[in-house]
Amino acid sequence: MDDANVIELDGLTRHFVERTVLRDVSLTLKPGQTLAVLGRNGAGKSTLLRILATLLRPHAGSAKLFGEPLPRQGWKVRGRLGLLGHEPLLYRDLSGRENLIYHARLHRVTLDRVEQVLTQVGMHERADDPVRSLSRGMVQRLTVARAVLHRPELLLLDEPRSNLDPAASELVEPLIGRASGTTRVLTSHDPQAALAEADIVLALHGGRGAYIGPPAGLDASTLKELYA
Amino acid sequence: MRTASAILRKDLLVELRTLETVPAMALLAVITFVIFHFGLNMDTLHGQLAAGVLTVTLLFAAMLAVNRLFVAEREQGGFDAFLLAPVDRTAMLYAKAGALFIFMVALEVIALPAFALLLDPPCLGHSLPAVLLILFLADIAFAVIGTFVSAIAVHTRARDLIGPIIGLPLLLPALIATARGLGPLLANGSSGSPPAKWLAVLALYDLINALLAIGLFDFLLEE
Repeated sequence: MDDANVIELDGLTRHFVERTVLRDVSLTLKPGQTLAVLGRNGAGKSTLLRILATLLRPHAGSAKLFGEPLPRQGWKVRGRLGLLGHEPLLYRDLSGRENLIYHARLHRVTLDRVEQVLTQVGMHERADDPVRSLSRGMVQRLTVARAVLHRPELLLLDEPRSNLDPAASELVEPLIGRASGTTRVLTSHDPQAALAEADIVLALHGGRGAYIGPPAGLDASTLKELYA
Repeated sequence: MRTASAILRKDLLVELRTLETVPAMALLAVITFVIFHFGLNMDTLHGQLAAGVLTVTLLFAAMLAVNRLFVAEREQGGFDAFLLAPVDRTAMLYAKAGALFIFMVALEVIALPAFALLLDPPCLGHSLPAVLLILFLADIAFAVIGTFVSAIAVHTRARDLIGPIIGLPLLLPALIATARGLGPLLANGSSGSPPAKWLAVLALYDLINALLAIGLFDFLLEE
């Protein structure tokens, strides 16, 4: 395996009690590449992202981020990745600005950067409203701001455009889209959109890698079976 | 310490916005004093009985805060956000113990006058500096053990039960030392000097538990 890889998975397996959620997944991802993880609900997509985010331990096989083995050396890579998952990781009773200031302090980021990302996601005017008073789309925009606040080198994006209207989706594109130039792992319920963004596709079926390779190699019938 | 300070500021801000913890603690303490006032049918308590009532009431009120200490982290993703940051995980212990300590002090600002008003212990004014010194050490014990227990309980379904079931036995030595230390101070003819023996027991208890909590806290945040 090459030390220059951002992600190296070898036989990665993860169980939840009796159920195997991920089984023997192996792949590599180079800097700047986008990995699209496809599969129906419960296929193991979010579990894979949480392992890569160092929030879950692999039960077998190995996972390396930036050449560092997880979970043992997870502390070395935490500041280099940004997670945009199902939960916004924002406190409902604080405002968007207060939440971002809190995250900025955790990541040792200057407060200027908070104002910058608030502007980039179009939330500057509503930044002092409590998160609980915002619409889902606005919360998602703040979540994007939170995920990119510390300029991560690897973005873990679990259905990042959910709740976003087309205009908001376009707004966050420079931050989390291909234009960001960041290495990305992306899950989506819209396979066509994910394939359009991907350099590599991991199709998960029952926790196994049913297909790993370039998007062009994934034929329509395999894709159909994946979501059947 | 910068990380701990950031978490502490956030926790205090959330409490100021929601007022979910300290008012509930204060209300429980005042109601408990009212219950003792009428239940014991005594207008004044003194000595060990007064000390016991005060200590147990503060302990039960503290349990409310212990049960709520990590709820926002659990329900609003605060744990994940913290674990994703490149920070020393013990910062969470320092911050949460700091928040719990501040909640206890705020509780006592309300509970002590209510205690004086409803149960009228003799010499409370005269012994106040010594009483505050003992409560300061007791608050450290409640804060450290409370944070540790809360971090265990929050990962369980029965967290409202686990907190008191684990926390109260662990806090028993602190409870004994606090009540025994306060007893002579709330008795008729109190000298107003804190009993050195019980101060030493409380200080030692705080030190040992703080070291244990610092050593073990990291493991509680692991999956």
